[in-house]
Amino acid sequence: MKRIYVNEKWCLGCHLCEYECAFANSHLTDMVKALKGKVIHPKIRVEDGGDVHFAVNCRHCTDAVCVRSCISGALSFEDGMVAIDQNKCVGCLTCVLVCPFGAIMPAPEGGVAQKCMLCTDNLTGEPNCVRHCINNAIVYEERD
Amino acid sequence: MNLYIQPEYEVVRDESRCIACRVCERQCANLVHSFDAETGKMKSDSTLCVNCHRCVCVCPTHALKIVKSDDTYKVNGNWSNQTINEVYRQANSGGVLLSSMGNPKEYPVFWDKMLINASQVTNPPIDPLREPMETKLWLGKRTAQVKRDKKGKLINTLAPQLELKAPILFSAMSYGSISYNAHESLARAAEELGIYYNTGEGGLHKDFYKYGKNTIVQVASGRFGVYKDYLDAAAAIEIKMGQGAKPGIGGHLPGTKISADVSETRMIPQGIDAISPAPHHDIYSIEDLRQLVYSLKEATDYKKPVIVKIAAVHNCAAIASGIARSGADIIAIDGYRGGTGAAPTRIRDNVGIPIELALAQVDERLREEGIRDEVSIIVGGSIRSSADLVKAIALGADACYIGTAALLALGCHLCRTCHEGKCNWGIATQRPDLVKRLNPDVGYKRLVNLVTAWNHELQEMMGGMGINSVEALRGNRLMLRGIGLTDTELSVLGIKYAGQSM
Ligand code: SF4
Ligand code: SF4
Ligand code: SF4
Ligand code: SF4
Repeated sequence: MKRIYVNEKWCLGCHLCEYECAFANSHLTDMVKALKGKVIHPKIRVEDGGDVHFAVNCRHCTDAVCVRSCISGALSFEDGMVAIDQNKCVGCLTCVLVCPFGAIMPAPEGGVAQKCMLCTDNLTGEPNCVRHCINNAIVYEERD
Repeated sequence: MNLYIQPEYEVVRDESRCIACRVCERQCANLVHSFDAETGKMKSDSTLCVNCHRCVCVCPTHALKIVKSDDTYKVNGNWSNQTINEVYRQANSGGVLLSSMGNPKEYPVFWDKMLINASQVTNPPIDPLREPMETKLWLGKRTAQVKRDKKGKLINTLAPQLELKAPILFSAMSYGSISYNAHESLARAAEELGIYYNTGEGGLHKDFYKYGKNTIVQVASGRFGVYKDYLDAAAAIEIKMGQGAKPGIGGHLPGTKISADVSETRMIPQGIDAISPAPHHDIYSIEDLRQLVYSLKEATDYKKPVIVKIAAVHNCAAIASGIARSGADIIAIDGYRGGTGAAPTRIRDNVGIPIELALAQVDERLREEGIRDEVSIIVGGSIRSSADLVKAIALGADACYIGTAALLALGCHLCRTCHEGKCNWGIATQRPDLVKRLNPDVGYKRLVNLVTAWNHELQEMMGGMGINSVEALRGNRLMLRGIGLTDTELSVLGIKYAGQSM
């Protein structure tokens, strides 16, 4: 299955991917309209520490601890992707606590968790962070 | 007192589009952009901007542009703003003005004053998509003699040759002046394309020995990084006598660019300026040059062609004639528009001659003297497109060096501040956080794309002329016509005027 891989060596810490993520999930087609004057809540986060930068989003783990620990069945596997059904989520945030990558976070609207769905849940249809990364530091590809 | 000088370019931000993502701020090594937390808005300081367009390219909402400032001194046909500012700058600093990349002055571009022929009716054009169209070629001496052994079998007397799949090579750019990632991109692209890149005078990084069969190593006046393994690793060896951007002077790599890795590769101390002398101190005549050519051949078992590179200067035809007799296999000529990582501005902008004229004269002289087959000719110094390439070959070149065009493919936006070492595109810098911006996986593909595209265009133009191999285009000046040129220019170029028949 195709997955998102982050190559720390090439990540510049520009944070562009965060904005592209927020834009994709705004469900709007005009970035300015979507993001101007707003505080963004992207599902990808760039970690910076001195000269080291890397983007963190859901790894779609094969044996995902979040799926195993979800008390309401809101998290499940869909074709290898770890998917969240926010209608089922009760907002206990157990997944937020157990994800070793910090890749699930409370949604800004409150009451539920949010996570990367590989942009299958918005208009772009393919990971927008990957498409716009300026240095191929995030890739979406098949690996063994 | 340092007089304030108004910046030549201004950063303009469209406030209605800016989403304050701060990507521009993070990507500008010149610290032009900043975020004002109080107003929640971005600010920029144009005095620090070098117009490299990095921020413009990465801004997700296309909110930025860089414009030429309309601030002006009292308009003066003789004293342009730039000329005046240069005087101020020198009065401020007392120093020599430094520049990089090629000569930007508005001298005539002869490539743009030559037109290419096409076949009509009597000799049909060739469709490169349907018929063979050869762009493969060899560089080296073509003076083999027919000799047979006792059994009558042919003995190979051909001097060593460089085989190229397209008549293009990446010009000499040293590790030090450009980054590790830029070198890796060039090396990998050369390998995939079946062409060559050139180490310049900076030695060969230990990681890149594996690209040896696509590498030309340079031996310059500073002899940086030259030793047996370096020569052995390469496909060919280039003796650098001169460079188009700065004929008559040597190189100067500032200590700040000499990192531990660069120091190891060049075999010089870290952090101390590397100066390569103007002359080779062992070459003061063609006879001396011949000694170096043969020393290098001897050291490498006569298995590799030796290139001698000179800058295009007034007397280059005679110099080339000497080089052709020195034992060299290939002559490389670099025109006055060739790029550089750093050169004194006055030299870059005023010394040397256009490559078009130099090439025409060298080719003609070698033909007249019957020694054109002794050497192949590579020209460089601003080959900007496949059209320039076609014209260069028709004027007499065997192949072309591309440097600036290759850097453009890697992202360079010709801001011409390479000498400051803060290249925002990760090319002309050794700062690890900036070098990282050029991912060779991306870079090498862009180079491969560029050369592949040019090669297609070359094939199409050759097909139009009814010519099916670069070998048949070489020196075919009847395929060129001048436009807007004087009689003298036409005679120097050795071409007819548009409208004159065969
Ligand atoms: S866009 Fe790419 S380079 Fe920039 S922070 Fe995100 S992963 Fe890193
Ligand atoms: S949210 Fe965390 S634990 Fe769950 S699949 Fe993604 S990375 Fe793995
Ligand atoms: S120096 Fe380059 S990145 Fe910085 S503001 Fe100017 S154009 Fe933009
Ligand atoms: S990159 Fe563009 S949108 Fe982001 S802060 Fe800079 S100007 Fe504004």
